[in-house]
Amino acid sequence: MAVEGTWEIITGNQAAAIAAKLARVKVVPAYPITPQTTIVEYIASFIESGHMDAEYIRVESEHSAMAAAIGASAAGVRAFTATASQGLLLMSEVLHWAAGSRLPIGMAVVNRAVGPPWNIHVDHQDAMSQRDTGWLQVYISSNQEVLDTILMMYKVAEHPDVLLPFMVCLDGFVLSHTYMPVNIPRQEDVDEFLPEYSPPHWKLDPENPITFGNLALPEEYQEMRWSMDLSMRRALDLIEDVAEEFFQKFGRYHGGVTWKYKVEDADYVVVTAGTMASEAEVAVDELREEGMRVGLLKVRAFRPFPHRDVAEVLQDRKGVIIIDRSIAFSSGGPIGIEVRSSLYNISGSPPVVNYVTGLGGRDVTYEDIVEMTKDGIGRITSDRLRRPYYWYKLKPEYEKIELSEEVRL
Amino acid sequence: MGLGIPIIIPVSKPSKGAAGKTGLWRVEKPVVDEDKCIKCWLCWLYCPEDVITEGPNGFPQIDYTFCKGCGVCADVCPTKAIQMIKEEE
Repeated sequence: MAVEGTWEIITGNQAAAIAAKLARVKVVPAYPITPQTTIVEYIASFIESGHMDAEYIRVESEHSAMAAAIGASAAGVRAFTATASQGLLLMSEVLHWAAGSRLPIGMAVVNRAVGPPWNIHVDHQDAMSQRDTGWLQVYISSNQEVLDTILMMYKVAEHPDVLLPFMVCLDGFVLSHTYMPVNIPRQEDVDEFLPEYSPPHWKLDPENPITFGNLALPEEYQEMRWSMDLSMRRALDLIEDVAEEFFQKFGRYHGGVTWKYKVEDADYVVVTAGTMASEAEVAVDELREEGMRVGLLKVRAFRPFPHRDVAEVLQDRKGVIIIDRSIAFSSGGPIGIEVRSSLYNISGSPPVVNYVTGLGGRDVTYEDIVEMTKDGIGRITSDRLRRPYYWYKLKPEYEKIELSEEVRL
Repeated sequence: MGLGIPIIIPVSKPSKGAAGKTGLWRVEKPVVDEDKCIKCWLCWLYCPEDVITEGPNGFPQIDYTFCKGCGVCADVCPTKAIQMIKEEE
């Protein structure tokens, strides 16, 4: 286990750009959008100064950025881009094209609230609303994890059983613009871990002309979707395997499809994702000091969703408290919905309290997580679980409306 | 190391008539004026349905069974030798 490389104090966006360089990405179509902009700026400077050997394409929109990434990946090279918020939404149509064509493109999504109203701060709505495009999605808690996960996810995405694109999702500003110490692995070690991409399934080749994206009528279409679904599920084990391989080589482990903290003896488990999960570790320690046996299950992979692992960890607990930074209007938080689906048909499925909070960058501290956990435990133990989800940290005048019995759910 | 998951991809060899006998629902058809044609074969290069071949006189010949009438050939023709004519005419 070698922990070589150099230490630098960098932002999450620098970590993403350095990861693209270390992965020897060959094409980067780029369109700037806050808080992602500096990722493509750093990459531009790497290429301009000769530190990175790649084509940089200045496109006229995010839709074109993804279209160019598809073209590059279809021609058989590793492609990378980055986006956020409305930019990701503008890409939506082409996201389906990338996944359906089975092209393992990499993308950093710097999570940001969706407008209107205009807001540049963290919120998972942008990426979570794209959950059914066929892209793998991993949510990140630290700058080191950003760098390491991009390298790992190329390996998963390019595996001959997977061949799907991936998003590495990092919280806007909380990670993208915050400096942390990050170990930058040596290029030769990364090259060994992640060899050059060579498409095992198809590529554009003038010697062997093919068309892609053509018509598939009812007798063909369904199996293509089934094949994507099967690959997505296969990625669950591969994410674990690659994380283990990364640990053996670089000595760092951020979890596989989930990350568990003090869950072994826990009566109650907090489930969340992104930087709220690192806050939740502190909250768990606080609650344990007060004598409550609480653990944390961080959801790293949101697509594929680790239903089996979630069920194994959560069954037979006294209760589960899920904290979401996104709203599926009238249904709760997206993670809350998935976790319920993991638990529904198993014996020993515990009661679930789902909180929606932190939208548009509203601060969620470890103290907030302590408070939500206590509130959740209180609801579970006193049988006050009237609703599938609750809003947390609404302004008091709105909270009164929210909690009144007249609001139907 | 793989489980051999079948990767079914929307990729195929270009071939005539992949979308069925498109001549049935075509609205306009391309007609070549051999007096204007300079045999540059741009129409052949751009035809998305692979329905243009060399006819008996050496000029482009269009297979109307599979031509869907998209008009790309007429559009790219540098001498305006291809006209789109309404089917009923």
